[in-house]
Amino acid sequence: MLGRLTWAAIPFNEPIPLLTGAAVLIVILAVLALITIKGWWPYLWGEWITSVDHKRIGVMYMVLGLVMLLRGFADAIMMRTQQALAIGDAQGYLPPDHYDQIFSAHGVIMIFFVAMPLVIGLMNFVVPLQLGVRDVAFPTLNSVSFWLTASGVLLVNASLVIGNFARTTWWNYPPLSELAFSPDVGVDYYLWSLQISGIGTLLTGVNFVATILKLRAPGMTYFRMPVFCWTALAANMMIVAAFPILTATLMMLILDRYLGMHFFTNDGGGNQMMYANLFWAWGHPEVYILILPAFGVFSEVTATYSGKGLFSYRSMVLATLGICVLSLMVWLHHFFTMGAGADVNAFFGMMSSIIAIPTGVKVFNWLFTMYRGRIIYTTPILYTVGFMVTFVIGGLTGVLLAVPPVDFVLHNSVFLVAHFHNVIIGGVVFGAFAGYNYWFPKVFGFTLDERWGKAGFWCWLIGFWVAFTPLYVLGLMGMTRRLQHIPDPSWRPLLLVAELGAVIIFCGILCQIAQLYVSIRTREQRRDVTGDPWNGRTLEWATSSPPPAYNFAVLPRVETIDAFWHMKRTGRTQIEPIYETIEMPRNSGTGFVTAFFAVITGFALIWHIWWMVIVGFLAAAITAMVAGWSDEREHAISAEEIAQLEQARSGLGQPAE
Amino acid sequence: MNGHDHLYDRTPGVEERESTASYSSYTVGVGLAILATIASFIVSQTHLLWPPGIAVGLVVLAFAQIGVHLVFFLHLGSGSDNTNNILALAFGVLIVFLVIGGSIWIMANLKENMMPMNQMMQMHY
Amino acid sequence: MTVADIAAAPTTVSGELARGRGGGGPASKRTVVAYGFWIFILSDIVMFACLFAAYAVLSRNTAGGPTGRELFNLRNVFIETMCLLLSSYACGLGALSAERRQPVRFMLFAAVTFVLGAAFIFIEATEFARMIAEGAGPGRSAFLSSFFTLVGTHGVHVTGGLIWLVYLVAQVITKGLRPPVLRRLLCWSLFWHALDIVWIGVLTLVYLMGASV
Repeated sequence: MLGRLTWAAIPFNEPIPLLTGAAVLIVILAVLALITIKGWWPYLWGEWITSVDHKRIGVMYMVLGLVMLLRGFADAIMMRTQQALAIGDAQGYLPPDHYDQIFSAHGVIMIFFVAMPLVIGLMNFVVPLQLGVRDVAFPTLNSVSFWLTASGVLLVNASLVIGNFARTTWWNYPPLSELAFSPDVGVDYYLWSLQISGIGTLLTGVNFVATILKLRAPGMTYFRMPVFCWTALAANMMIVAAFPILTATLMMLILDRYLGMHFFTNDGGGNQMMYANLFWAWGHPEVYILILPAFGVFSEVTATYSGKGLFSYRSMVLATLGICVLSLMVWLHHFFTMGAGADVNAFFGMMSSIIAIPTGVKVFNWLFTMYRGRIIYTTPILYTVGFMVTFVIGGLTGVLLAVPPVDFVLHNSVFLVAHFHNVIIGGVVFGAFAGYNYWFPKVFGFTLDERWGKAGFWCWLIGFWVAFTPLYVLGLMGMTRRLQHIPDPSWRPLLLVAELGAVIIFCGILCQIAQLYVSIRTREQRRDVTGDPWNGRTLEWATSSPPPAYNFAVLPRVETIDAFWHMKRTGRTQIEPIYETIEMPRNSGTGFVTAFFAVITGFALIWHIWWMVIVGFLAAAITAMVAGWSDEREHAISAEEIAQLEQARSGLGQPAE
Repeated sequence: MNGHDHLYDRTPGVEERESTASYSSYTVGVGLAILATIASFIVSQTHLLWPPGIAVGLVVLAFAQIGVHLVFFLHLGSGSDNTNNILALAFGVLIVFLVIGGSIWIMANLKENMMPMNQMMQMHY
Repeated sequence: MTVADIAAAPTTVSGELARGRGGGGPASKRTVVAYGFWIFILSDIVMFACLFAAYAVLSRNTAGGPTGRELFNLRNVFIETMCLLLSSYACGLGALSAERRQPVRFMLFAAVTFVLGAAFIFIEATEFARMIAEGAGPGRSAFLSSFFTLVGTHGVHVTGGLIWLVYLVAQVITKGLRPPVLRRLLCWSLFWHALDIVWIGVLTLVYLMGASV
């Protein structure tokens, strides 16, 4: 009746997941109770859950990513602590079975459910505004994308309390991940949560490529687009190129596990290395999908706070596109040691080194932008400078690892772990935080507190270096990754320093939480009444904070790069506009309902509850059919209504456009 | 419909000229495709081509037929209004070659360096 | 995007703004929908590329079981290919009829497309059943796993396309050939042609190369 799901799935005998799960459940129930008591359900349903507005969806992605950052970080500090304790004769507090699940979950959550949502969230909110249009190409699909990602989050977190997660690392290599060696539900949780959220991400890729290429304000030719939109275009093209590879690869492993096929099994002629090959053919573009929008954020932030246009726009665009194409040609560097010959290794090693060149071009462009600029040291600019130092060093260790003989020594040591955290934290996370601080006033109408923001930055920067420098040294000393027990006591001092670093980062997170709390409490003092708190250059700053649902009452006419800067210089913002009826997409429950059935189907597949699989899948299909039937997808906002809304906003001192 | 846009932008599958010429597009296309299909079967099943060249012949015919589909059925042309479509296709084709070609090269290379099967079967653990 | 947005566009346009290079403002819904679907199809082609790659790597791993040469029935494959190709042709003629707002002719061509597509699936399903009955199912060897997955995934797509066609014909019957319906038909025909293109790959790389002399 319920497949292989029994009461034994709940970890009554394991205190850590049990207590954590209970605590989380209590918090969730408390939040739901609060919403019910306060009568917020209609508001939440109508304004957020069924919203197809890119601005709302962007916020929800950011919230998802930031909340999951807490879970992923909890995993991290548990691992650091275990490694600081379990040295020599000591055993630490996490048994291997549990430790293996933690490092697997840490990787999966951080990549798929923190970094991707943060980056996609920023792109969602900002790109249509920067392009001077009202929404993305397919707003309902956008909502579907978000809710499918949330489905993946739900399934991964469910594995904490119902069953267990995979113990196979975040790559999930066979043969360990095959039925013969991982018969329990852990790998299935991994496979289905990533498969479901992967569909959401792919749809986002399609959506944004179509938006950026086909929906821009009049006059905005390709070379007048903001650089953030170029990086968003490149990243989304890579999503379209790479995520189908992940879909196919996970599907093949699913077929092995569910239908007894032999793609990657030990017997029947399976080839395990094919999994690694295909996984990394996705995996490498994935990290560039994460970093390119972060680069875009830094371009915007640098130009704005230096009071100068970005240096060499064209070379920035070319470098972005170059990285986009090159990143598809380097994936073997993730498995240099897997037995390929010298010619193959040399080719991919060279390509991996070459890809540092366009990145270097970008760094120089940022530096030259800041040179002779009048720099205002806000939190976003601090993150940018921190990024430049941190990411460059991390990138250099990457070029080092790109040399196959060096990689033979350092592959899967903690040197590698330090490298990729160096570039991901220094690049993606700092970029997300910079973007968060930079665009927060546009989203919510008030700026974030600067003092707590800066404190958070310093804790993150110092904490990162304290946490990961020891890992570089330990890697060179021979320490491998994923160790539940440390055999060599001489590594203890460095591991303790690393633990200290994690604690400092934790302080950084506390500062950021404090920043949010304080900012909300004192928001009236930091209201953004002009819509343009930073004297910005791009079109999102031409709207009020927050922008109206339709973004622009009249689509702006673009004549140059940095369209808003040009408009301010030529006094264009004062022109009295002529309003017409605007068609905006209606809200839709399609995303939420589809995702609901996706969770049911995924859960049922994991636990082998076959009747529930059929019901869930049919329900999702019917939802799609119902959604695909209606033709009245839009509602009109009349010219008079717009005039009134615009009057109200300009009455408060906000610009008419 | 946006007449302004009609002139400037095209997507695959949209036939712009309203005349009998468009029926001919599909008919010519299907005719060429049938010929290419028959030719492929002949190449594969007879000794018309030198055997080591059969694979090459088949690939050439396949590309030709795919081209016929793209041009005659999907109306992918070379006009400037088609640029986005061609670029997207080119990008897709690049990925396909990288994935298939790269995988074959890598996996063949790995296989060459693997222990021979008979030796592996003799290992006991 | 509104009428005013278009009306307010500059009347004297430079080459860049006029020639579809995107400087002319947001594109029409039909263009956006078709282009977005084209991008989605390309992503699907990438997924098929992975399945092709897996087939290429695993096609010799027969684990002592039957090979393609022994199993493939090229006569049936030829019939399948013709069915799918002619259904693409019918699809194209149907698309023309739809664009010219000729619902009856459209229905006729849609019916022919459906029947030919269904014939393809029927033949393929019987082939699969025969192979499984002979002990050459997907669990027999890596070669067969990759064969059934590649060809089967294509078949699942075709089946999905047939269901989708019925769904769209129902829309045409109840709502007529309105712009939203036409957009969906456009997407459907892009999908159908793309599946035929994938089949050319399957035919060539799996069947004809596998069973060549």
